Amino acid sequence: MYAQMVKTDTTSVKTREEMSAEERAFQDRVDADIKIEAKDWMPENYRKTLIRQISQHAHSEIVGQLPEANWLTRAPTLERKAILLAKIQDEAGHGLYLYCAAETLGVSRDELTEQLLTGKAKYSSIFNYPTLTWADVGTIGWLVDGAAIMNQVPLQRCSFGPYSRAMIRVCKEESFHQRQGYDALMKMCLKGTAAQKAMCQDAFNRWWWPSLMMFGPPDKESVHSAQSMAWKIKLNSNDELRQKFVDQTVPQAEYLGLEIPDPNLSWNEERGHYDFGEIDWSELFSVVRGDGPCNRERLAARRKAWDDGAWFREGLMAHAEKKSARKDTQKNAA
Amino acid sequence: MGEWPLWEVFIRGQHGGNHRHVGSLHAPDAEKAVMNARDVYTRRNEGVSIWVVRATDITASAPGEKGPLFEPSNSKVYRHPTFFDIPDDVGAM
Repeated sequence: MYAQMVKTDTTSVKTREEMSAEERAFQDRVDADIKIEAKDWMPENYRKTLIRQISQHAHSEIVGQLPEANWLTRAPTLERKAILLAKIQDEAGHGLYLYCAAETLGVSRDELTEQLLTGKAKYSSIFNYPTLTWADVGTIGWLVDGAAIMNQVPLQRCSFGPYSRAMIRVCKEESFHQRQGYDALMKMCLKGTAAQKAMCQDAFNRWWWPSLMMFGPPDKESVHSAQSMAWKIKLNSNDELRQKFVDQTVPQAEYLGLEIPDPNLSWNEERGHYDFGEIDWSELFSVVRGDGPCNRERLAARRKAWDDGAWFREGLMAHAEKKSARKDTQKNAA
Repeated sequence: MGEWPLWEVFIRGQHGGNHRHVGSLHAPDAEKAVMNARDVYTRRNEGVSIWVVRATDITASAPGEKGPLFEPSNSKVYRHPTFFDIPDDVGAM
């Protein structure tokens, strides 16, 4: 998902007997769906895991602007350009909501930025793929934002108050992202030329599998899930959400007349779900390790933006300090 | 140089009501905080007025004081109108 393979620093979920009195009281509150707030007592691993998860989510929103920004100056109409600009601005906003939620846990914004720029913190694997054509922009909105919604809707109910509130805000805005993408594809698939439709199929072929990988490794290999689910900072398992995504997306692809690039995809009457083919997990692990098609380019772009913006950040701060000092002098003189 | 200070943002919506806390952001000074709050928290017409306050200027009650602070109001159910049974014959009250 936007946060994938988040470590919990625990090897197994503690039983009630193994918990301290504080830990038991904490778990009782989580079980009773009472929100944990930043100043409340919490297990150190809960705090650390949340910082990792929320910051990874925030970094994904920020880095996620880059693949789409590639098409800002090349959008086919002024209206599409304005829509794309608004979507990208939303992504920046979502990153900011999430950074603030992470900061309530006692980490500074500069530390979070540094963790991204040094590669210590991760962001979603999906943003390490290139946007080769205009159809990629539509496909990202439809599939990538669609997968994000699937994960973020349950997170609105997560146990940590600031994260939950950030998710509520994000979810309100996210549906626009998915719809604008699907709308762009409808235009080309249903009313466009054969070449435009072929371009959509090509984009779909390239984004389908990486979108399924967004949900993270299969449940049987997802070692940190049990603890995260006990803490209610993960509400559904990876496979559960992936299945839900496939079930929802296949009819949408059919409506566009696009073919799913998976020969093993078929409706399973008995299960009431689509069966689908084996995912190439070695690809996900290689992208997460830093060897996806665009990992280096993405980080280089973020580093450049940070370095190039230094004079601006420092200049505004110096100006603010000078102004405040002048005000103090005037007050003292009066 | 250190990072920009943190500001808490309060927005009053279209339909009157109080300013409500919506979140926080970093900005070098109050003026820029209002400008940033416009971009971060009112992209969809959410507000007609913005307040910003330095996060360090906010005094919050401690979670540990929850008992002594809020317990007293818990036991005073007579503060709610439904505590009193008024006969239907009396009419609207």
